[in-house]
Amino acid sequence: MPLLVVIPLAGAFLVPVFGLLDVEWACHTLGVVVMAASLLLASHLLGNTGVNVTWVGGYAGEIDPESLTGVAMVSDGLSRLMLLIINGIGLTAVLYSISYMQRYTQVELYYSPLLFMVAGMNAIVLSGDLFNIYVFLEVAAIASYALVGFGVQSEELEASFKYLVLSAIASGFILLGVAMVYKETGTLNLAQIAGVVREAGLSRTLWLALGFFMGGFGLKAAMVPFHAWLPDAHPSAPAPISAMLSGVLIKASGVYVLARLAFNVFAAQAATGALLMGMGAVSMLVGVLLAVQQWDFKRLLAYHSISQMGYVVLALGVGLSALAGGRQTIGHIAVFAGLFHMLNHAVFKSLLFLCSGSAVYATGYRDLKRTRGVGRQMPFTGFCTRIACLSISGVPPFNGFFSKLLITIVTVWAGHWVLGGITVIVSFLTLLSFNKVQDYMLEGEPAGEHSHISESPLPMLTAMGILAFMCFATGLLVPLYRETVLGPASEILVDGINYSSIIMGG
Amino acid sequence: MHAYMPYVLAIALFAVGLYAVAVKKNLIKIIIGVIIMHHATNLFLVLVGYRAPEAGEAMAPVAPSAAQGAGVEFAARSVDPLPQAMVLTSIVIGVSLVALMVVMALRLHEKYGTFDLEDIRDLRG
Repeated sequence: MPLLVVIPLAGAFLVPVFGLLDVEWACHTLGVVVMAASLLLASHLLGNTGVNVTWVGGYAGEIDPESLTGVAMVSDGLSRLMLLIINGIGLTAVLYSISYMQRYTQVELYYSPLLFMVAGMNAIVLSGDLFNIYVFLEVAAIASYALVGFGVQSEELEASFKYLVLSAIASGFILLGVAMVYKETGTLNLAQIAGVVREAGLSRTLWLALGFFMGGFGLKAAMVPFHAWLPDAHPSAPAPISAMLSGVLIKASGVYVLARLAFNVFAAQAATGALLMGMGAVSMLVGVLLAVQQWDFKRLLAYHSISQMGYVVLALGVGLSALAGGRQTIGHIAVFAGLFHMLNHAVFKSLLFLCSGSAVYATGYRDLKRTRGVGRQMPFTGFCTRIACLSISGVPPFNGFFSKLLITIVTVWAGHWVLGGITVIVSFLTLLSFNKVQDYMLEGEPAGEHSHISESPLPMLTAMGILAFMCFATGLLVPLYRETVLGPASEILVDGINYSSIIMGG
Repeated sequence: MHAYMPYVLAIALFAVGLYAVAVKKNLIKIIIGVIIMHHATNLFLVLVGYRAPEAGEAMAPVAPSAAQGAGVEFAARSVDPLPQAMVLTSIVIGVSLVALMVVMALRLHEKYGTFDLEDIRDLRG
């Protein structure tokens, strides 16, 4: 299990060495090899069932049974799902970068932070220790600040600075929360904190810490009102980084930690559920309303990220409040729906960003009005764009349809009629904005300046093709992987506070 | 209330940093605000680790000489070392963050010619 963190870290340190030797193809190969190795490891881990605990350095630190001082790495169903998402999307992004990054200089300085980001995210989802989450959150975040400002033009730098400052504030709040939790419980191990909460309930300090966590990780997950950094940061990054940021980072460092803390550590509370539902619903509405009026393709996609993350958080909130009220079935289905939508969103949002990168690679424009008819000149890109747009709008038989339908059904079934109505409205508005995208990118006559463009290079097409296939597969083949991947993930969240007994017992 | 004064002061320092980030328009002042916030959080962490032992006055978690019984006295009197380890890590993270911020600010000055946030407004909507 530590290999999943060590291999990307080693790769991240090795890449600049090859860069110094001025061997560019070695950087690309090393990036691909490392990511493929991580993905293999992640899928190998999938074979384990149940919860596995490894102590870093083999040191469990059982001096005082009340507070273990060792750092635990825990792999359970949810971690395995996240690992698949992180490393899978990472591999497609690296494949895509092989040709996309020809347009940029100093490629070794690109792969290094990318591998740091992947190592950080792997460690976040594998971590069973609160401070470990914080440290690797910072590792992944600092790597992403560097990547957002990679093409150092004025726009990228401004976006990166804004993102940096807002994210640093969030990290400050998170560290304050960690300090408060440590003061109250005397331990940093997630399972032991859960044990303390299970016995003693939530004191006022823990409520305050929970509030700080919701705010800090809410910013990482781009929830309204903490979303302001995302519409600037995601468009300015190079396309494969946008795919990684939007498809993986806001999930691994935002939604995953929110879910882990809300369900497993601080026992499922009705207040947390209401808060998550509120944040999710507002994010959905605000994201999509601001997205419809965008003409910059990547900025539109960034606003839609806010909206779709709102869907996931809404589903998790519905599950949380259902579990707090004792309704197990609804809670289980809601959590399943949220995690399913998280998986689907990773796939189709990354595909959308890669397609936009393809258009930028060919034409140099992100503005929809300038890229009319690009799909006519680049048939494969156009095909993938159409698949992705239909997926995110929730059109059958793609994956978006199934997860959105499930979220709407479970929200209404739980009795939140208004929120269910909002889900439907937001879905309609999403369809509206992606109709606009398809209209401008895929239909119409290409302008004169675009008559010479041809299809993108093969590595970019391969990456997009893989993701387009996944859009079909994750939707239609759900019965195949429901038991092995999604089922255990939702069960470990629904089990909630029993997480601590599973870890401490084993 | 007396017992909580150090914590209140640490949080007040955090609030000062937050004010600087939220209100100030100069990039450098915003960076200094983030630094103040980070220092306040580290201070809070160190304060959390204070233990007032019954055996005597508190002592720093520095391992004493290998004399007989020194270890027992260390275990009885020393302050909690775990938050101090956390603070060390946090300081390092803070340093790298500040280095990145300063470099960004310098590059921004190259591109825009100013440190004023009001003028650095290319991205809107």
